[in-house]
Amino acid sequence: MNHPEIWMLAAAGLFGLGLYSLIIARHLLRQLIAIKIMGSAVFLVLVVTAGLVDGSLDGIAQALVLTGIVIAVAAIAFALALVVSLAETTGSISLNPDDDDGR
Amino acid sequence: MVAEALACLVLVPVVAACLALVLPGRWRWLAVAAGLLPLPLAMAWLTGELGREGLITVAVAGFEAPLGIVWRLDGLSAVLVWLNIIIALLVGLHAAAHYPADKLNGFRFWPLWLLLSGAMNALLLSADLFNLFVTLELVTLAAIGLLVVDRKPQAMRAAVRYLLLALLGSLFYLLGVALVYGQTGTLDLYQAAGVLQPDLLGHTALVLMTVGLLVKAAIFPLHGWLPAAHGNAPGPVSAVLSAMVVKVAVYLVWRLWLWLAGDWAIPAGLTMLGLLGALAIVYGSLQALVQQRVKMIVAYSTVAQLGYLMLLFPLLGLVAFQATSYHLLSHGLAKAAMFLAAANLLTRLGTDQLGDLRGADRRMPLDVFTLALAGVSILGLPPSGGFIAKWLMLQTALAQGGWLWVGVILVGGLLAAAYLFRVLAVLCARPVACPELPVSGKADQLTSLVALGLALAALAAGFVPAPVLKLLATAWPLGGAP
Repeated sequence: MNHPEIWMLAAAGLFGLGLYSLIIARHLLRQLIAIKIMGSAVFLVLVVTAGLVDGSLDGIAQALVLTGIVIAVAAIAFALALVVSLAETTGSISLNPDDDDGR
Repeated sequence: MVAEALACLVLVPVVAACLALVLPGRWRWLAVAAGLLPLPLAMAWLTGELGREGLITVAVAGFEAPLGIVWRLDGLSAVLVWLNIIIALLVGLHAAAHYPADKLNGFRFWPLWLLLSGAMNALLLSADLFNLFVTLELVTLAAIGLLVVDRKPQAMRAAVRYLLLALLGSLFYLLGVALVYGQTGTLDLYQAAGVLQPDLLGHTALVLMTVGLLVKAAIFPLHGWLPAAHGNAPGPVSAVLSAMVVKVAVYLVWRLWLWLAGDWAIPAGLTMLGLLGALAIVYGSLQALVQQRVKMIVAYSTVAQLGYLMLLFPLLGLVAFQATSYHLLSHGLAKAAMFLAAANLLTRLGTDQLGDLRGADRRMPLDVFTLALAGVSILGLPPSGGFIAKWLMLQTALAQGGWLWVGVILVGGLLAAAYLFRVLAVLCARPVACPELPVSGKADQLTSLVALGLALAALAAGFVPAPVLKLLATAWPLGGAP
Protein backbone atom coordinates (compact mmCIF):
# COMPACT_ATOMS: atom_id res chain seq x y z
CA MET A 1 0.00 0.00 0.00
CA ASN A 2 2.88 2.37 -0.65
CA HIS A 3 1.00 4.26 -3.33
CA PRO A 4 -2.59 4.63 -2.18
CA GLU A 5 -3.27 7.07 -5.03
CA ILE A 6 -2.97 4.26 -7.57
CA TRP A 7 -5.46 2.11 -5.70
CA MET A 8 -7.85 5.01 -5.22
CA LEU A 9 -7.69 5.79 -8.94
CA ALA A 10 -8.34 2.14 -9.71
CA ALA A 11 -11.33 2.19 -7.36
CA ALA A 12 -12.67 5.37 -8.94
CA GLY A 13 -12.27 3.80 -12.40
CA LEU A 14 -14.08 0.62 -11.35
CA PHE A 15 -16.89 2.61 -9.73
CA GLY A 16 -17.35 4.73 -12.85
CA LEU A 17 -17.20 1.68 -15.11
CA GLY A 18 -19.88 -0.05 -13.06
CA LEU A 19 -22.11 3.03 -12.90
CA TYR A 20 -21.85 3.55 -16.67
CA SER A 21 -22.67 -0.06 -17.37
CA LEU A 22 -25.58 -0.04 -14.90
CA ILE A 23 -27.09 2.92 -16.71
CA ILE A 24 -26.67 1.78 -20.31
CA ALA A 25 -27.18 -2.00 -19.94
CA ARG A 26 -30.71 -3.34 -20.53
CA HIS A 27 -30.16 -6.98 -19.60
CA LEU A 28 -30.75 -7.42 -15.86
CA LEU A 29 -27.81 -9.81 -15.41
CA ARG A 30 -25.48 -7.21 -16.90
CA GLN A 31 -26.90 -4.61 -14.54
CA LEU A 32 -26.33 -6.88 -11.54
CA ILE A 33 -22.75 -7.54 -12.64
CA ALA A 34 -22.28 -3.76 -12.90
CA ILE A 35 -23.49 -3.39 -9.31
CA LYS A 36 -21.05 -6.11 -8.19
CA ILE A 37 -18.18 -4.24 -9.85
CA MET A 38 -19.17 -1.01 -8.11
CA GLY A 39 -19.25 -2.95 -4.85
CA SER A 40 -15.70 -4.17 -5.40
CA ALA A 41 -14.62 -0.56 -5.94
CA VAL A 42 -16.15 0.45 -2.61
CA PHE A 43 -14.39 -2.41 -0.80
CA LEU A 44 -11.11 -1.36 -2.40
CA VAL A 45 -11.61 2.17 -1.04
CA LEU A 46 -12.34 0.77 2.42
CA VAL A 47 -9.17 -1.35 2.46
CA VAL A 48 -6.97 1.46 1.10
CA THR A 49 -8.28 4.28 3.33
CA ALA A 50 -7.98 2.08 6.39
CA GLY A 51 -4.32 1.51 5.53
CA LEU A 52 -3.85 5.29 5.62
CA VAL A 53 -4.95 5.76 9.23
CA ASP A 54 -1.73 4.85 11.00
CA GLY A 55 0.42 3.25 8.32
CA SER A 56 -0.25 -0.28 9.50
CA LEU A 57 -2.99 -2.67 8.47
CA ASP A 58 -6.27 -2.07 10.23
CA GLY A 59 -8.13 -5.15 11.41
CA ILE A 60 -11.48 -3.42 11.68
CA ALA A 61 -11.42 -2.39 8.02
CA GLN A 62 -10.63 -5.95 6.98
CA ALA A 63 -13.54 -7.17 9.06
CA LEU A 64 -15.82 -4.53 7.54
CA VAL A 65 -14.90 -5.57 4.02
CA LEU A 66 -15.51 -9.21 4.90
CA THR A 67 -18.95 -8.31 6.32
CA GLY A 68 -19.60 -6.18 3.26
CA ILE A 69 -18.76 -9.05 0.93
CA VAL A 70 -21.09 -11.38 2.81
CA ILE A 71 -23.91 -8.84 2.55
CA ALA A 72 -23.18 -8.26 -1.14
CA VAL A 73 -23.31 -12.01 -1.79
CA ALA A 74 -26.65 -12.29 0.01
CA ALA A 75 -28.09 -9.27 -1.78
CA ILE A 76 -26.96 -10.49 -5.20
CA ALA A 77 -28.29 -13.99 -4.52
CA PHE A 78 -31.64 -12.45 -3.61
CA ALA A 79 -31.54 -10.25 -6.70
CA LEU A 80 -30.74 -13.23 -8.95
CA ALA A 81 -33.62 -15.23 -7.48
CA LEU A 82 -35.92 -12.25 -8.09
CA VAL A 83 -34.72 -11.87 -11.68
CA VAL A 84 -35.21 -15.59 -12.33
CA SER A 85 -38.78 -15.51 -11.06
CA LEU A 86 -39.41 -12.31 -13.02
CA ALA A 87 -38.22 -14.11 -16.15
CA GLU A 88 -40.44 -17.10 -15.31
CA THR A 89 -43.60 -15.02 -14.74
CA THR A 90 -43.20 -12.41 -17.45
CA GLY A 91 -40.83 -14.05 -19.94
CA SER A 92 -38.69 -10.92 -19.98
CA ILE A 93 -35.17 -10.45 -18.65
CA SER A 94 -35.05 -6.67 -18.89
CA LEU A 95 -37.07 -3.77 -17.55
CA ASN A 96 -39.09 -1.90 -20.12
CA PRO A 97 -38.92 1.85 -19.47
CA ASP A 98 -42.61 2.09 -20.44
CA ASP A 99 -43.99 -0.16 -17.75
CA ASP A 100 -42.79 1.85 -14.77
CA ASP A 101 -45.99 3.75 -14.05
CA GLY A 102 -48.04 0.72 -13.06
CA ARG A 103 -51.29 1.98 -14.51
CA MET B 1 -32.26 -4.23 32.19
CA VAL B 2 -32.02 -1.41 29.64
CA ALA B 3 -29.69 -3.44 27.42
CA GLU B 4 -32.03 -6.44 27.60
CA ALA B 5 -35.05 -4.32 26.71
CA LEU B 6 -33.23 -2.83 23.71
CA ALA B 7 -32.10 -6.28 22.63
CA CYS B 8 -35.71 -7.45 22.96
CA LEU B 9 -36.81 -4.84 20.40
CA VAL B 10 -34.35 -6.25 17.86
CA LEU B 11 -33.91 -9.93 18.67
CA VAL B 12 -37.47 -10.98 19.52
CA PRO B 13 -38.88 -10.31 16.03
CA VAL B 14 -35.78 -11.68 14.30
CA VAL B 15 -35.79 -14.93 16.31
CA ALA B 16 -39.55 -15.20 15.78
CA ALA B 17 -38.93 -14.80 12.04
CA CYS B 18 -36.59 -17.81 12.12
CA LEU B 19 -39.15 -19.78 14.16
CA ALA B 20 -41.91 -18.88 11.70
CA LEU B 21 -39.73 -20.39 8.98
CA VAL B 22 -39.24 -23.76 10.71
CA LEU B 23 -42.43 -24.28 12.71
CA PRO B 24 -45.20 -26.28 11.00
CA GLY B 25 -48.78 -25.15 10.29
CA ARG B 26 -50.72 -23.52 13.09
CA TRP B 27 -47.64 -23.20 15.34
CA ARG B 28 -46.54 -20.33 13.09
CA TRP B 29 -49.31 -18.17 14.60
CA LEU B 30 -47.54 -18.64 17.92
CA ALA B 31 -44.22 -17.41 16.48
CA VAL B 32 -45.95 -14.37 14.98
CA ALA B 33 -47.63 -13.46 18.26
CA ALA B 34 -44.44 -14.06 20.25
CA GLY B 35 -42.49 -11.88 17.83
CA LEU B 36 -44.78 -8.86 17.88
CA LEU B 37 -46.68 -8.72 21.18
CA PRO B 38 -43.70 -8.17 23.55
CA LEU B 39 -42.52 -5.14 21.56
CA PRO B 40 -44.96 -2.51 22.93
CA LEU B 41 -44.30 -3.73 26.51
CA ALA B 42 -40.52 -3.40 26.14
CA MET B 43 -40.87 -0.04 24.44
CA ALA B 44 -43.31 1.29 27.05
CA TRP B 45 -40.81 0.51 29.78
CA LEU B 46 -37.95 2.00 27.75
CA THR B 47 -39.96 5.18 27.14
CA GLY B 48 -40.37 5.56 30.90
CA GLU B 49 -36.61 5.13 31.35
CA LEU B 50 -35.96 7.58 28.53
CA GLY B 51 -38.20 10.15 30.22
CA ARG B 52 -35.99 9.94 33.31
CA GLU B 53 -32.58 9.70 31.61
CA GLY B 54 -33.13 11.82 28.49
CA LEU B 55 -30.87 9.49 26.45
CA ILE B 56 -30.14 5.77 26.58
CA THR B 57 -26.87 4.40 25.23
CA VAL B 58 -25.72 0.81 25.45
CA ALA B 59 -22.51 -0.70 24.08
CA VAL B 60 -23.68 -3.96 22.55
CA ALA B 61 -22.12 -6.97 24.33
CA GLY B 62 -19.93 -4.58 26.32
CA PHE B 63 -17.68 -3.58 23.40
CA GLU B 64 -17.38 0.21 23.46
CA ALA B 65 -16.98 2.29 20.29
CA PRO B 66 -14.86 2.60 18.17
CA LEU B 67 -14.40 -1.19 18.23
CA GLY B 68 -17.96 -2.15 19.12
CA ILE B 69 -21.41 -1.04 18.12
CA VAL B 70 -23.37 1.38 20.29
CA TRP B 71 -27.16 1.39 20.54
CA ARG B 72 -28.55 4.82 21.22
CA LEU B 73 -32.18 5.61 21.97
CA ASP B 74 -33.16 9.28 22.01
CA GLY B 75 -36.50 11.06 21.65
CA LEU B 76 -36.46 10.90 17.84
CA SER B 77 -35.65 7.21 17.55
CA ALA B 78 -38.15 6.45 20.32
CA VAL B 79 -40.98 8.10 18.36
CA LEU B 80 -40.01 6.18 15.24
CA VAL B 81 -39.71 2.87 17.09
CA TRP B 82 -43.23 3.47 18.44
CA LEU B 83 -44.52 4.16 14.93
CA ASN B 84 -42.80 1.00 13.71
CA ILE B 85 -44.37 -1.09 16.48
CA ILE B 86 -47.86 0.35 15.92
CA ILE B 87 -47.59 -0.27 12.18
CA ALA B 88 -46.20 -3.78 12.63
CA LEU B 89 -49.04 -4.70 15.02
CA LEU B 90 -52.07 -3.00 13.43
CA VAL B 91 -51.13 -3.52 9.79
CA GLY B 92 -50.09 -7.03 10.83
CA LEU B 93 -53.65 -7.56 12.09
CA HIS B 94 -54.90 -6.54 8.64
CA ALA B 95 -52.39 -8.88 7.01
CA ALA B 96 -53.55 -11.76 9.23
CA ALA B 97 -56.86 -11.72 7.37
CA HIS B 98 -55.23 -12.21 3.96
CA TYR B 99 -52.11 -14.15 4.90
CA PRO B 100 -53.13 -16.78 7.47
CA ALA B 101 -49.91 -18.04 9.02
CA ASP B 102 -50.89 -21.69 8.58
CA LYS B 103 -51.31 -21.34 4.79
CA LEU B 104 -48.61 -21.19 2.11
CA ASN B 105 -48.89 -17.45 1.43
CA GLY B 106 -48.75 -16.80 5.18
CA PHE B 107 -45.60 -18.92 5.35
CA ARG B 108 -44.09 -16.61 2.72
CA PHE B 109 -45.34 -13.44 4.39
CA TRP B 110 -44.77 -13.63 8.15
CA PRO B 111 -41.03 -14.40 8.40
CA LEU B 112 -40.33 -11.36 6.22
CA TRP B 113 -42.80 -9.21 8.17
CA LEU B 114 -41.11 -10.08 11.48
CA LEU B 115 -37.64 -9.62 10.00
CA LEU B 116 -38.63 -6.22 8.63
CA SER B 117 -39.87 -4.90 11.97
CA GLY B 118 -36.80 -6.25 13.81
CA ALA B 119 -34.41 -4.78 11.23
CA MET B 120 -36.18 -1.44 11.39
CA ASN B 121 -35.83 -1.35 15.18
CA ALA B 122 -32.14 -2.22 14.85
CA LEU B 123 -31.67 0.61 12.34
CA LEU B 124 -33.39 3.12 14.60
CA LEU B 125 -31.27 2.13 17.60
CA SER B 126 -27.89 1.87 15.91
CA ALA B 127 -25.31 4.65 16.19
CA ASP B 128 -22.72 2.89 14.05
CA LEU B 129 -22.41 4.00 10.41
CA PHE B 130 -21.49 0.54 9.12
CA ASN B 131 -24.14 -1.18 11.20
CA LEU B 132 -26.62 1.31 9.77
CA PHE B 133 -25.60 0.11 6.29
CA VAL B 134 -26.20 -3.51 7.33
CA THR B 135 -29.61 -2.79 8.85
CA LEU B 136 -30.58 -0.63 5.87
CA GLU B 137 -29.80 -3.59 3.57
CA LEU B 138 -31.86 -5.89 5.80
CA VAL B 139 -34.80 -3.49 5.73
CA THR B 140 -34.61 -3.14 1.95
CA LEU B 141 -34.30 -6.85 1.22
CA ALA B 142 -37.12 -7.78 3.60
CA ALA B 143 -39.32 -5.03 2.13
CA ILE B 144 -38.68 -6.18 -1.44
CA GLY B 145 -39.34 -9.78 -0.45
CA LEU B 146 -42.72 -8.69 0.92
CA LEU B 147 -43.43 -6.73 -2.24
CA VAL B 148 -43.35 -9.88 -4.38
CA VAL B 149 -45.05 -12.19 -1.91
CA ASP B 150 -48.08 -12.52 -4.23
CA ARG B 151 -45.86 -13.06 -7.32
CA LYS B 152 -47.80 -10.55 -9.43
CA PRO B 153 -45.87 -9.59 -12.62
CA GLN B 154 -46.37 -5.84 -12.10
CA ALA B 155 -45.16 -6.03 -8.52
CA MET B 156 -42.15 -8.08 -9.63
CA ARG B 157 -41.06 -5.54 -12.23
CA ALA B 158 -41.45 -2.80 -9.64
CA ALA B 159 -39.47 -4.88 -7.14
CA VAL B 160 -36.54 -5.46 -9.52
CA ARG B 161 -36.38 -1.75 -10.33
CA TYR B 162 -36.56 -0.90 -6.61
CA LEU B 163 -33.85 -3.45 -5.80
CA LEU B 164 -31.41 -2.17 -8.46
CA LEU B 165 -31.79 1.41 -7.26
CA ALA B 166 -31.66 0.42 -3.59
CA LEU B 167 -28.42 -1.52 -4.13
CA LEU B 168 -26.99 1.48 -5.98
CA GLY B 169 -28.02 3.75 -3.11
CA SER B 170 -26.39 1.41 -0.58
CA LEU B 171 -23.12 1.51 -2.51
CA PHE B 172 -23.05 5.31 -2.54
CA TYR B 173 -23.79 5.31 1.18
CA LEU B 174 -21.08 2.73 1.88
CA LEU B 175 -18.53 4.67 -0.17
CA GLY B 176 -19.24 7.69 2.00
CA VAL B 177 -18.88 5.58 5.14
CA ALA B 178 -15.50 4.31 3.89
CA LEU B 179 -14.31 7.90 3.48
CA VAL B 180 -15.54 8.84 6.97
CA TYR B 181 -13.75 5.85 8.47
CA GLY B 182 -10.57 6.69 6.58
CA GLN B 183 -10.67 10.24 7.95
CA THR B 184 -11.73 9.60 11.53
CA GLY B 185 -10.81 6.01 12.34
CA THR B 186 -14.21 5.46 13.93
CA LEU B 187 -17.57 4.31 12.67
CA ASP B 188 -19.58 5.66 15.59
CA LEU B 189 -21.70 8.50 14.23
CA TYR B 190 -21.41 10.58 17.39
CA GLN B 191 -17.66 10.03 17.83
CA ALA B 192 -17.03 10.85 14.18
CA ALA B 193 -19.13 14.02 14.54
CA GLY B 194 -16.44 15.65 16.65
CA VAL B 195 -13.55 14.56 14.41
CA LEU B 196 -14.73 14.77 10.81
CA GLN B 197 -13.62 18.08 9.29
CA PRO B 198 -15.75 20.11 6.86
CA ASP B 199 -13.04 19.89 4.20
CA LEU B 200 -13.26 18.44 0.69
CA LEU B 201 -13.17 14.84 1.88
CA GLY B 202 -15.71 15.46 4.62
CA HIS B 203 -18.08 17.15 2.21
CA THR B 204 -17.60 14.41 -0.40
CA ALA B 205 -18.41 11.74 2.18
CA LEU B 206 -21.53 13.62 3.31
CA VAL B 207 -22.75 14.14 -0.26
CA LEU B 208 -22.15 10.49 -1.21
CA MET B 209 -24.02 9.18 1.84
CA THR B 210 -26.85 11.67 1.31
CA VAL B 211 -27.31 10.81 -2.36
CA GLY B 212 -27.41 7.10 -1.52
CA LEU B 213 -30.02 7.66 1.16
CA LEU B 214 -32.13 10.00 -0.99
CA VAL B 215 -32.46 7.19 -3.55
CA LYS B 216 -33.81 4.92 -0.81
CA ALA B 217 -36.00 7.70 0.56
CA ALA B 218 -37.42 8.36 -2.93
CA ILE B 219 -36.96 12.11 -2.62
CA PHE B 220 -37.61 13.94 -5.90
CA PRO B 221 -35.94 13.54 -8.46
CA LEU B 222 -34.91 10.07 -7.26
CA HIS B 223 -38.50 8.94 -6.62
CA GLY B 224 -38.96 7.09 -9.93
CA TRP B 225 -39.19 3.64 -8.39
CA LEU B 226 -41.66 4.48 -5.61
CA PRO B 227 -45.11 4.81 -7.22
CA ALA B 228 -44.95 1.50 -9.08
CA ALA B 229 -43.58 -0.31 -6.03
CA HIS B 230 -46.01 1.17 -3.50
CA GLY B 231 -48.93 1.12 -5.92
CA ASN B 232 -48.57 -2.56 -6.87
CA ALA B 233 -47.54 -4.11 -3.55
CA PRO B 234 -50.09 -6.12 -1.52
CA GLY B 235 -52.14 -3.80 0.74
CA PRO B 236 -50.39 -4.31 4.08
CA VAL B 237 -46.99 -4.11 2.35
CA SER B 238 -47.86 -0.81 0.63
CA ALA B 239 -48.84 0.48 4.06
CA VAL B 240 -45.56 -0.43 5.75
CA LEU B 241 -43.47 0.71 2.75
CA SER B 242 -45.02 4.17 2.77
CA ALA B 243 -45.35 4.53 6.52
CA MET B 244 -41.91 3.28 7.58
CA VAL B 245 -39.46 1.97 4.98
CA VAL B 246 -38.91 5.24 3.08
CA LYS B 247 -39.06 7.23 6.33
CA VAL B 248 -36.09 5.50 7.93
CA ALA B 249 -33.91 6.64 5.02
CA VAL B 250 -35.03 10.25 5.58
CA TYR B 251 -34.37 9.73 9.29
CA LEU B 252 -30.78 8.78 8.42
CA VAL B 253 -30.35 11.90 6.26
CA TRP B 254 -31.47 13.93 9.29
CA ARG B 255 -28.96 12.10 11.48
CA LEU B 256 -26.14 12.80 9.02
CA TRP B 257 -26.89 16.49 8.45
CA LEU B 258 -27.90 17.50 11.97
CA TRP B 259 -25.85 15.18 14.14
CA LEU B 260 -22.75 14.23 12.10
CA ALA B 261 -22.41 17.58 10.26
CA GLY B 262 -24.46 19.64 12.69
CA ASP B 263 -21.96 22.49 13.15
CA TRP B 264 -20.62 22.70 9.61
CA ALA B 265 -22.77 25.65 8.52
CA ILE B 266 -23.47 24.76 4.90
CA PRO B 267 -26.54 26.91 4.10
CA ALA B 268 -26.31 26.16 0.36
CA GLY B 269 -26.64 22.42 1.02
CA LEU B 270 -29.53 22.92 3.43
CA THR B 271 -31.40 25.12 0.95
CA MET B 272 -30.72 22.60 -1.82
CA LEU B 273 -32.28 19.77 0.20
CA GLY B 274 -35.23 22.02 1.01
CA LEU B 275 -35.71 22.81 -2.68
CA LEU B 276 -35.74 19.10 -3.51
CA GLY B 277 -38.46 18.71 -0.89
CA ALA B 278 -40.43 21.62 -2.36
CA LEU B 279 -40.21 20.13 -5.86
CA ALA B 280 -41.28 16.76 -4.47
CA ILE B 281 -44.37 18.34 -2.88
CA VAL B 282 -45.45 20.09 -6.09
CA TYR B 283 -44.53 17.31 -8.54
CA GLY B 284 -45.92 14.44 -6.43
CA SER B 285 -49.20 16.28 -5.85
CA LEU B 286 -49.62 17.12 -9.54
CA GLN B 287 -48.95 13.50 -10.50
CA ALA B 288 -51.45 12.34 -7.88
CA LEU B 289 -54.03 14.58 -9.57
CA VAL B 290 -53.82 12.77 -12.90
CA GLN B 291 -53.52 9.12 -11.78
CA GLN B 292 -56.36 6.74 -12.63
CA ARG B 293 -55.91 4.16 -9.85
CA VAL B 294 -56.64 4.86 -6.18
CA LYS B 295 -53.48 3.09 -4.99
CA MET B 296 -51.35 5.05 -7.47
CA ILE B 297 -52.89 8.31 -6.21
CA VAL B 298 -52.02 7.34 -2.65
CA ALA B 299 -48.50 6.35 -3.76
CA TYR B 300 -47.86 9.70 -5.49
CA SER B 301 -49.26 11.38 -2.40
CA THR B 302 -46.41 9.69 -0.51
CA VAL B 303 -43.89 11.22 -2.94
CA ALA B 304 -45.39 14.62 -2.14
CA GLN B 305 -45.67 14.18 1.62
CA LEU B 306 -42.05 12.97 1.87
CA GLY B 307 -41.08 16.41 0.57
CA TYR B 308 -42.31 18.04 3.79
CA LEU B 309 -39.71 16.03 5.72
CA MET B 310 -36.98 17.78 3.73
CA LEU B 311 -38.26 21.22 4.77
CA LEU B 312 -36.54 20.63 8.11
CA PHE B 313 -33.23 21.60 6.47
CA PRO B 314 -34.02 25.16 5.34
CA LEU B 315 -36.24 25.86 8.38
CA LEU B 316 -33.61 24.41 10.73
CA GLY B 317 -34.67 24.88 14.35
CA LEU B 318 -36.25 23.16 17.32
CA VAL B 319 -39.86 23.86 16.28
CA ALA B 320 -39.20 22.82 12.68
CA PHE B 321 -37.65 19.60 13.99
CA GLN B 322 -40.69 18.88 16.14
CA ALA B 323 -43.00 19.74 13.25
CA THR B 324 -41.32 17.54 10.64
CA SER B 325 -40.93 14.64 13.08
CA TYR B 326 -44.59 14.96 13.98
CA HIS B 327 -45.43 15.01 10.28
CA LEU B 328 -43.44 11.79 9.91
CA LEU B 329 -45.49 10.19 12.69
CA SER B 330 -48.96 11.36 11.62
CA HIS B 331 -48.32 10.77 7.93
CA GLY B 332 -47.18 7.24 8.75
CA LEU B 333 -50.48 6.51 10.53
CA ALA B 334 -52.70 8.26 7.99
CA LYS B 335 -50.96 6.82 4.93
CA ALA B 336 -51.08 3.29 6.33
CA ALA B 337 -54.82 3.76 6.91
CA MET B 338 -55.28 5.03 3.35
CA PHE B 339 -53.38 2.16 1.76
CA LEU B 340 -55.30 -0.40 3.81
CA ALA B 341 -58.64 1.17 2.91
CA ALA B 342 -57.63 1.31 -0.77
CA ALA B 343 -56.53 -2.33 -0.56
CA ASN B 344 -59.94 -3.25 0.92
CA LEU B 345 -61.70 -1.55 -2.00
CA LEU B 346 -59.41 -3.36 -4.43
CA THR B 347 -59.95 -6.76 -2.77
CA ARG B 348 -63.73 -6.60 -2.44
CA LEU B 349 -64.67 -4.66 -5.56
CA GLY B 350 -61.99 -6.27 -7.75
CA THR B 351 -60.61 -2.98 -9.06
CA ASP B 352 -59.16 0.30 -7.88
CA GLN B 353 -59.58 2.09 -11.22
CA LEU B 354 -61.21 5.35 -10.26
CA GLY B 355 -63.70 5.16 -13.13
CA ASP B 356 -65.11 1.82 -11.89
CA LEU B 357 -65.54 2.90 -8.28
CA ARG B 358 -68.57 5.20 -8.63
CA GLY B 359 -70.91 4.76 -5.72
CA ALA B 360 -68.43 2.72 -3.70
CA ASP B 361 -69.58 4.60 -0.60
CA ARG B 362 -72.91 2.70 -0.56
CA ARG B 363 -71.23 -0.67 -0.87
CA MET B 364 -68.24 -0.12 1.42
CA PRO B 365 -69.13 2.89 3.58
CA LEU B 366 -66.57 2.14 6.30
CA ASP B 367 -63.56 2.09 3.95
CA VAL B 368 -64.61 5.24 2.13
CA PHE B 369 -65.08 6.90 5.53
CA THR B 370 -61.56 5.78 6.49
CA LEU B 371 -60.12 7.27 3.29
CA ALA B 372 -61.83 10.58 4.11
CA LEU B 373 -60.69 10.56 7.76
CA ALA B 374 -57.08 9.76 6.84
CA GLY B 375 -57.37 12.47 4.19
CA VAL B 376 -58.13 15.01 6.92
CA SER B 377 -54.70 14.36 8.44
CA ILE B 378 -52.90 14.30 5.07
CA LEU B 379 -54.51 17.63 4.17
CA GLY B 380 -53.53 19.11 7.50
CA LEU B 381 -57.06 20.02 8.57
CA PRO B 382 -57.70 20.37 12.30
CA PRO B 383 -58.04 18.36 14.44
CA SER B 384 -55.36 15.93 13.28
CA GLY B 385 -51.68 15.11 13.62
CA GLY B 386 -51.12 16.47 10.13
CA PHE B 387 -52.61 19.81 11.19
CA ILE B 388 -50.28 20.16 14.19
CA ALA B 389 -47.25 19.36 12.01
CA LYS B 390 -48.13 21.71 9.16
CA TRP B 391 -49.24 24.48 11.53
CA LEU B 392 -45.88 24.36 13.33
CA MET B 393 -44.01 24.27 9.99
CA LEU B 394 -45.97 27.31 8.77
CA GLN B 395 -45.29 29.17 12.03
CA THR B 396 -41.53 28.61 11.73
CA ALA B 397 -41.47 29.55 8.07
CA LEU B 398 -43.44 32.75 8.80
CA ALA B 399 -41.24 33.65 11.77
CA GLN B 400 -38.13 33.29 9.58
CA GLY B 401 -39.69 35.19 6.69
CA GLY B 402 -39.14 32.22 4.39
CA TRP B 403 -41.94 33.06 1.98
CA LEU B 404 -40.93 30.38 -0.51
CA TRP B 405 -41.44 27.68 2.13
CA VAL B 406 -44.71 29.25 3.31
CA GLY B 407 -45.94 29.16 -0.28
CA VAL B 408 -44.84 25.55 -0.79
CA ILE B 409 -46.58 24.37 2.39
CA LEU B 410 -49.81 26.13 1.44
CA VAL B 411 -49.77 25.03 -2.21
CA GLY B 412 -49.01 21.46 -1.10
CA GLY B 413 -52.05 21.50 1.17
CA LEU B 414 -54.25 22.90 -1.59
CA LEU B 415 -53.07 20.30 -4.12
CA ALA B 416 -53.58 17.53 -1.56
CA ALA B 417 -57.15 18.74 -1.13
CA ALA B 418 -57.59 18.62 -4.90
CA TYR B 419 -56.37 15.05 -5.37
CA LEU B 420 -58.15 13.68 -2.31
CA PHE B 421 -61.49 15.36 -3.08
CA ARG B 422 -61.22 14.05 -6.64
CA VAL B 423 -61.12 10.51 -5.23
CA LEU B 424 -63.90 11.13 -2.70
CA ALA B 425 -66.10 12.81 -5.30
CA VAL B 426 -65.98 9.72 -7.51
CA LEU B 427 -66.38 7.27 -4.63
CA CYS B 428 -69.50 9.12 -3.43
CA ALA B 429 -70.96 9.74 -6.90
CA ARG B 430 -74.35 8.27 -7.86
CA PRO B 431 -73.57 4.84 -9.38
CA VAL B 432 -74.55 3.91 -12.91
CA ALA B 433 -75.36 0.37 -11.87
CA CYS B 434 -74.70 -1.15 -8.48
CA PRO B 435 -74.39 -4.94 -8.41
CA GLU B 436 -74.90 -6.38 -4.93
CA LEU B 437 -71.79 -7.28 -2.96
CA PRO B 438 -71.61 -10.63 -1.19
CA VAL B 439 -72.30 -10.21 2.53
CA SER B 440 -69.08 -9.17 4.25
CA GLY B 441 -67.43 -11.83 6.37
CA LYS B 442 -65.58 -11.42 9.67
CA ALA B 443 -62.25 -11.00 7.89
CA ASP B 444 -63.60 -8.13 5.77
CA GLN B 445 -64.95 -6.37 8.85
CA LEU B 446 -61.62 -6.81 10.64
CA THR B 447 -59.64 -5.34 7.74
CA SER B 448 -61.97 -2.34 7.53
CA LEU B 449 -61.82 -1.76 11.28
CA VAL B 450 -58.01 -1.89 11.34
CA ALA B 451 -57.82 0.76 8.62
CA LEU B 452 -60.32 2.89 10.53
CA GLY B 453 -58.31 2.44 13.72
CA LEU B 454 -55.15 3.77 12.04
CA ALA B 455 -57.03 6.76 10.62
CA LEU B 456 -58.46 7.50 14.08
CA ALA B 457 -54.94 7.27 15.53
CA ALA B 458 -53.79 9.91 13.03
CA LEU B 459 -56.67 12.13 14.18
CA ALA B 460 -55.96 11.41 17.85
CA ALA B 461 -52.41 12.65 17.27
CA GLY B 462 -54.01 16.07 16.82
CA PHE B 463 -55.40 16.05 20.36
CA VAL B 464 -52.39 14.96 22.42
CA PRO B 465 -49.26 16.34 20.75
CA ALA B 466 -47.65 17.71 23.93
CA PRO B 467 -45.94 14.58 25.33
CA VAL B 468 -44.59 13.56 21.90
CA LEU B 469 -43.32 17.06 21.12
CA LYS B 470 -41.66 17.19 24.55
CA LEU B 471 -39.97 13.84 23.93
CA LEU B 472 -38.77 15.05 20.52
CA ALA B 473 -37.39 18.26 22.01
CA THR B 474 -35.02 16.24 24.22
CA ALA B 475 -33.39 14.84 21.06
CA TRP B 476 -32.74 18.17 19.29
CA PRO B 477 -28.95 18.48 18.87
CA LEU B 478 -28.37 22.08 17.78
CA GLY B 479 -29.45 24.21 20.73
CA GLY B 480 -32.28 26.74 21.16
CA ALA B 481 -34.33 28.83 18.78
CA PRO B 482 -32.64 29.92 15.51
